[in-house]
Amino acid sequence: MADISIPKPTTGLLTTDALAGPRSRARKEGAVKWILFSAALVSIAISVLIVLSLINEARVFILEVDWANTWGQQGWFPRQGLYDMPTLLVSSLIVTVVAMFVAGPLGLGAAVYLSEYASRRTRSLLKPILEILAGVPSVVLGFFALFFISPQVIERIGRNGWLVVGAIMIIVYVGMVFRWARQAMVAEPGTTLRTQLIRILTLTTLVALGLILIWWINDVAGSSDPASADFFTVKRSGQLAAAAVGVGILTIPLVASVSEDALAAVPEELRAASAGLGARKMTTTVQVVLPAAVSGIVAAFIIGISRALGETMVVFMAGGAADAARFTASPFDGGLTMTAGMASLATGTDNVVGEGLTFQSLYFVGLVLFIITLALNVMAGRYVSRVREKY
Amino acid sequence: MVNTKPSDEEILKGLGVLDDEEQSDSGPDVAFSVDRGPSDEPLPEEVSDEDLVFDASELSVFYGDFRAVRDVNLRVRRNEITALIGPSGCGKSTVLRSFNRMNDLIPSARVAGSLLYRGVDLYDPRVDPVEVRRRVGMVFQKPNPFPKSVYDNVAYGPRVAGRKKGLDDVVENSLKKAALWDEVKDRLQDSAIGLSGGQQQRLSIARAIAVDPEVLLMDEPCSALDPIATARIEELMAEIKSEYTIMIVTHNMQQAARVSDRTAFFSVELDESNDRRTGVLVEYTTTEKLFSNPDDERTENYITGRFG
Amino acid sequence: MAMATIGNSGAAERRVEDEIFRRGRDLRGSGFRTMLFAALAISILFLVVLLIQVFVDGWPVLDERFGDFWSGTLRSRSSDDKLGISQGMIGSFWIAVFVAVIAFPLGIAAAIYLEEYAPDNIVTKTIDIAIRNLAGVPSVVYGLLGLFLFVQTRELKDSTLYAGGITLAILVLPIVVITAAEAIRAVPSSLRQGAYGVGATKWDVIRTQILPFAAPGVLTGTLLALSRAVGEAAPLILVGAITGRLAPRDGSFLSLEQFSDRFTAMPIVIVGWVQESGRDAGFSAAAGAAIVVLLAFVISMNSVAVVLRNYFEKKRG
Repeated sequence: MADISIPKPTTGLLTTDALAGPRSRARKEGAVKWILFSAALVSIAISVLIVLSLINEARVFILEVDWANTWGQQGWFPRQGLYDMPTLLVSSLIVTVVAMFVAGPLGLGAAVYLSEYASRRTRSLLKPILEILAGVPSVVLGFFALFFISPQVIERIGRNGWLVVGAIMIIVYVGMVFRWARQAMVAEPGTTLRTQLIRILTLTTLVALGLILIWWINDVAGSSDPASADFFTVKRSGQLAAAAVGVGILTIPLVASVSEDALAAVPEELRAASAGLGARKMTTTVQVVLPAAVSGIVAAFIIGISRALGETMVVFMAGGAADAARFTASPFDGGLTMTAGMASLATGTDNVVGEGLTFQSLYFVGLVLFIITLALNVMAGRYVSRVREKY
Repeated sequence: MVNTKPSDEEILKGLGVLDDEEQSDSGPDVAFSVDRGPSDEPLPEEVSDEDLVFDASELSVFYGDFRAVRDVNLRVRRNEITALIGPSGCGKSTVLRSFNRMNDLIPSARVAGSLLYRGVDLYDPRVDPVEVRRRVGMVFQKPNPFPKSVYDNVAYGPRVAGRKKGLDDVVENSLKKAALWDEVKDRLQDSAIGLSGGQQQRLSIARAIAVDPEVLLMDEPCSALDPIATARIEELMAEIKSEYTIMIVTHNMQQAARVSDRTAFFSVELDESNDRRTGVLVEYTTTEKLFSNPDDERTENYITGRFG
Repeated sequence: MAMATIGNSGAAERRVEDEIFRRGRDLRGSGFRTMLFAALAISILFLVVLLIQVFVDGWPVLDERFGDFWSGTLRSRSSDDKLGISQGMIGSFWIAVFVAVIAFPLGIAAAIYLEEYAPDNIVTKTIDIAIRNLAGVPSVVYGLLGLFLFVQTRELKDSTLYAGGITLAILVLPIVVITAAEAIRAVPSSLRQGAYGVGATKWDVIRTQILPFAAPGVLTGTLLALSRAVGEAAPLILVGAITGRLAPRDGSFLSLEQFSDRFTAMPIVIVGWVQESGRDAGFSAAAGAAIVVLLAFVISMNSVAVVLRNYFEKKRG
């Protein structure tokens, strides 16, 4: 350390050594830099370890498993050597889709309200609440899904009720997205024959979609459990639909916050320009702000999907994992998602150790989940950076 | 990832347009009357090794592959005030910041040519920029007190230099030299953020003085201040000149004329091929000569207000 | 032309007046607004209903036997009056300690490196990508990592407190890095320059300027990370935290032996009781009570974090 109390010669030539600084300082600064750098490298190390651990065990599974047992079997029974992937994949798909039907519109709606409509005061009051919702542990939502959503929401309205609600929701959502996409992408050219045709076509598609949905839930979805085919019964251990709603609730804050970031990135001048042309607030929001933020909103949905797919505890607790390892395509049955399948294996009485490839199958499912979520996250990252580039 | 924005922006700012605040610190209306006190002899052109503080030759500063300033030749003498003037974007701040290696903080910045400080090449790989900055202090355009007490602000430099004893004296002396002592002596433990802009800037000067530097670099120290505060800073510079070598960047020609012994005038060259602007040193001489009888036509145009 | 027609007709004039003074209500607009508000309201309503339901379920247990429930251990029957959460609390406490000791210093150090030192090169980019992707990896996959690193390499079934603690520390590391980096980025560059200008070294600047200024933001991130770790269950299940019965231990909070012993944690206790509620319905009330305790901790930590952040955001404009 240079002691500044010793007067320095203030005239005349210096040597380079006089400005070199004490060696100890350079050493200390260098050491600090290396320590911090090593801390930063830890994240790379963790990534590598995750990939290595997954591949290391999954490799054994891939090489040794009897592939005939991984497709078209009755269900996921790793301890008996039956690894039916469709069981896990279809359940995961059901949970993710239903969860996004909850989280998508609610999250986006909340974000648009907070960003475009809410007064400063309302915002500062309601946004923290949404952030607290984001911090609720997933075991709590599992409990809530099992003991409230399942009996009070799913059971009350019943299978037929949800059939109708589901069909209407799909028609409305898809219809809205269609309409909005058309409005956002092409300037309304007036009522020509072509737009009329498109309109009729859209409508027919929607109705057809709704009918297919009703047929699917009624026939295919109900078929695996004859006891509940015409009479709705709730299982003590829950069903996929209840778990999915729980996952959806858990995903709302995430979708909302990413969407809100995207909406906040839309320059104020665009809104002003639209308002200056006499557009109403709604017109501005739907036709100017949302299209401008569209890539960010897409990113929010993708991140939401990735989160819903990876959610474990809600599905494990409320998805009926305990009594269902059989294939099901019905949201009203208990089912095993990829994540619930893993948790269920790990909580078995013999704690993971099982016959043959049981342990390895855990890593195989983990690898599949990891690859899917990673792909989704990378995709979402692309969309987010697209927003950043634009503004 | 150091935030490079402010500096790059400043470098790339457009040509020649003086903004409003530069006009505000114009001070007394005695433009271009050079007053260097009672000993009004002409300054010597030759300079001995004893008195030469900085010797820049063919100094260029780059940001990435963009050359912000080129071929600066500048000899700065002991206990003089050297002013750097010129239109916006001429690179005068960039040059100033290369004198205590503040440009090191911008990752893309690079220096070519030679810059000697008392015979030592400042950009020698063995030179520690921290050591340089303890000898060559800096006062910035906007007052930037740390969010600490007045005392801790002034004591900051000595403390990071490892000094633990006698800080009270250092703080008191520095504040006295910066002509701030009387105003703050009763509230040394109050936050420095509560001071007025002019006080904050004098605090910045006290903070710089506290590490006992040989040179003070001042980057438009008055541009954010009102005329009264500006006048106080100018007085202060005249008072401490006997102890320090001062370099000041200013947008304000009157200020340069009032306070400095020598003035360097920078201008901007536009490269038509890529529409980029590079700063050049047009003329460097005694302030008296530069403002009364400049050699270069561009200097004359600038000081008479015909350009920029 | 259009103007002329409007001017000639009295009805049209009235319509213009209506439009200007908004007498003709913008029904679609207000409908849209209501819909958006409903989305937000429903989201918040979920939270409210959840809190009420959990509270209603769990309150009787806490009300009747608060002390016992606090000090009790895992049992095979819900009517057992020694049933309680002490083991879960001890486990969660130590997990929080692991996170604070491992993830906080590592995460903050990494954030400092990325914001203050990192050159713009391929290594930095790789670190950046790694952190952002780690933040999106499902928590259950971290459980697989923990299982692989700490459990499988030793003896199966031999999952220990430190295995769970380190796994969760790894899980929240990206959260700490990302929030700390954000807080450091918000430090005004004038502070850095002022400090460098009087001869501070880089480490001086970090120690005396950047960390003090960024402290509230960093603290917010660490609180969020801590509450995430304490509420997380999936990785622990994979690592093998005990869901069922656990022998009551006479060891205190601070005995070191428990690091290499089998363990449980609050979320795991809850999962276990929820699963047993199929057989013994009284367990669901106990689970509700445990959730009230867990939520009280997690929500208060999150609230402090959010309030802290908003306060400093406002204060610094």
